[in-house]
Order: sequence, then C-alpha cells, then structure tokens
Amino acid sequence: MTDRTPGIDPKLLEILVCPLTKGPLSYDAEHQELISEKAQLAYPIRDGIPIMLPGEARPLGDAATVS
Amino acid sequence: MPYSQWMSDFLVFDRHQVRRQRERAAATLGAHDFLLREIGERLADRLSDVTRRFPLALDLGCHSGELGRLLAGRGGIERLVEADLSPAMAARAGHLAVAVDEEALPFAAQNFDLVISNLSLHWVNDLPGCLLQIRHSLKDDGLFLASMLGGETLIELRGCLQEAELEMEGGASPRVSPFADLRDAGALLQRAGFALPVVDVDTITVTYPSPLKLLTDLRGMGETNAVAARRKTFTRRNTLLRALALYEERHADRDGRIPATFQVLTLTAWRPDASQQKPLPPGSGRVPLARALEEGVPRKKNFDA
Repeated sequence: MTDRTPGIDPKLLEILVCPLTKGPLSYDAEHQELISEKAQLAYPIRDGIPIMLPGEARPLGDAATVS
Repeated sequence: MPYSQWMSDFLVFDRHQVRRQRERAAATLGAHDFLLREIGERLADRLSDVTRRFPLALDLGCHSGELGRLLAGRGGIERLVEADLSPAMAARAGHLAVAVDEEALPFAAQNFDLVISNLSLHWVNDLPGCLLQIRHSLKDDGLFLASMLGGETLIELRGCLQEAELEMEGGASPRVSPFADLRDAGALLQRAGFALPVVDVDTITVTYPSPLKLLTDLRGMGETNAVAARRKTFTRRNTLLRALALYEERHADRDGRIPATFQVLTLTAWRPDASQQKPLPPGSGRVPLARALEEGVPRKKNFDA
C-alpha cells in the first residue's frame, strides 16, 4: 500500500507486546519506536510497520540513531 | 563452544536466510504466486465452511497479502492483522501490517478470534513453540487454521538433485528443505494444548514447461533451500544441469511438461473452551453396549431392496 501514513494504527498498539518478554510496550511517537522496559529494547516502526524482530531492536541505553 | 553455535547445530532452518529470500521475493512474488493463491483459496473456502464470525484475525506469514485479499468479506473478519518475517513482504500487505518472527510472537494473550497461516509454517524451526504461542494469542474457542507443506513435497526434484550430486561430486548434501509429515503435525497440535485437532492432506501436482521454470518459480516465491546444513556455495553448474536433465528424462510427459508434487497439510484446531464437545469420562455410560448394539443395528430386511 502506498498511502501508508507515518505512525501506527492504534489497534496494533492494543495487541502488541514484547516478543521476548511478552510484557507491555510503550509508544514513543517522536522516535517511532515501541519500547520494552523489561527487555530494555526499542523496536523500530518503519513506514507505519512495527518491526517486532528482536534482532532489529535497539538496546536502550544506546543513543537513538537518526536514520 | 559458544552456546549460540551449539544451538545452531540443532537448528534445521537458517532463519536469516529465510528472511533474505522473502525480502528478495517480495517484489516479484506476483509473477510466481500461483501455488500461494491456489492453496490460499482452499484455506479461505475452509473458513467459509465454519459457521462462526471472527472479528479479529491474524494472518501469520502473510507474504505480500495474498491470503488477506482472498479473505476479504469472509468469515466475518472485521480486522485482519497481517504479519510476516520480512518487512518488505509485510509492507505490501494490508493496513494492519507488522514484521514478526514466528518463533517469538509479539501478541498479547487472549487476543485473536482466528489465526490463519498459508504456506509459511514449514520454515519454522521451533514449530512446537510457535504453536504454543499461537494458542496463547487466541481467545478461548478461537480457531487456528493453517496450511503447510508436507514431507512428499518436491519429491521428484529431491531425488534428481541427490542423484546428480552423487554422480558428479561423489557426495550429497540437503538441497530441499525437510517438511513435517501428517502424524507429526497432529501430535504437535495436541502437545501445544489445542482442542479438536484435525490434520488432513492434499496432494497437488503442478506441471511446468521445464524443470528450470519450476526452479524459477520456487525462487520467485522465496521458497528455495534455507536448510542450515545446506552447502554455503552454489550448486555446481554441471550438477544442476545433470539434475535438470534427469528430471526431464524421468518425469516428462509426452508434451515435455514435467510434474512437481506439492503435499499440503491443512491443520485445524481450537483453543480449548468449556463449551466444546468432549468425550464423557470412562464408566459414565448409562446404556449397556449390548443394548445399543441390539437396537442400533437395523434388522436385515431393511437392507433388502
């Protein structure tokens, strides 16, 4: 779909959890990330698609990289 | 030996390779998605047979949204979350797309009315773990409906590649991914705690103009070999040519077309719920079997025409 808006559908926010801990995620709208405090990981959202792959997540503590 | 390496000795599939292949295939899938659409159509028909509504559904391993498009208006689905290991595939799917690893699902418990999956689960290493996570993500009495490739798939190709390799290189390595068989699948569903599990099998023979066209299609679908123990070098050109020649020689029909077998397992199971039918506990019967047999068998004259 080409008409994808940046940001994330609120329905997805309701149902997504951290794939590793199954714990809750908080949404960082500014950096477009979903943050798992328990796993200390930030999952990126690219073009409205949450990338819930642990291998692609940014460890918290590392400075956010601007792409 | 580091733990990760020790673990990787036990992994059948190289998930990074699976992902790379899906990423690569995302743009070209439309030209090679015949099998996906055919099996997807059958899966959608199965769903239509269930007299139930599934407002919130998950398509796990959605490719570029083929099944999602077939499901439109069926099964009472109001919202379909489409998930794939490859972000490039997911980006081509519908509105609620997400990139996920089937082996570590990011979905809350008791969430979906339906989890459906078309030709993706045969690439999962930890199928028992994946099924368990699927069950968790379903609501009580939620339905899991999936198709995956079974053990007889590509049996012709497998044989020819192995023989060519033995002949040309004096040894053989796995060239075609291993698949689960019917009994494995049923046992796994049960082990994952599903109720009323049913697995059935369809064998589909697709004919191709040439073995090369078959290989092109498999690659176009992102379905080429991702076995972790595969040789990390390309198949030698001569070996491949020999295998293709063997394929034609053995299997070609009068018009020169070659068949390829795809065995498709269809898995149906439910998250347990008190409302589902259950066998009575042993010893709880109140009618003696003898009477049931006596009354249950129609008298012979009923059968005489």
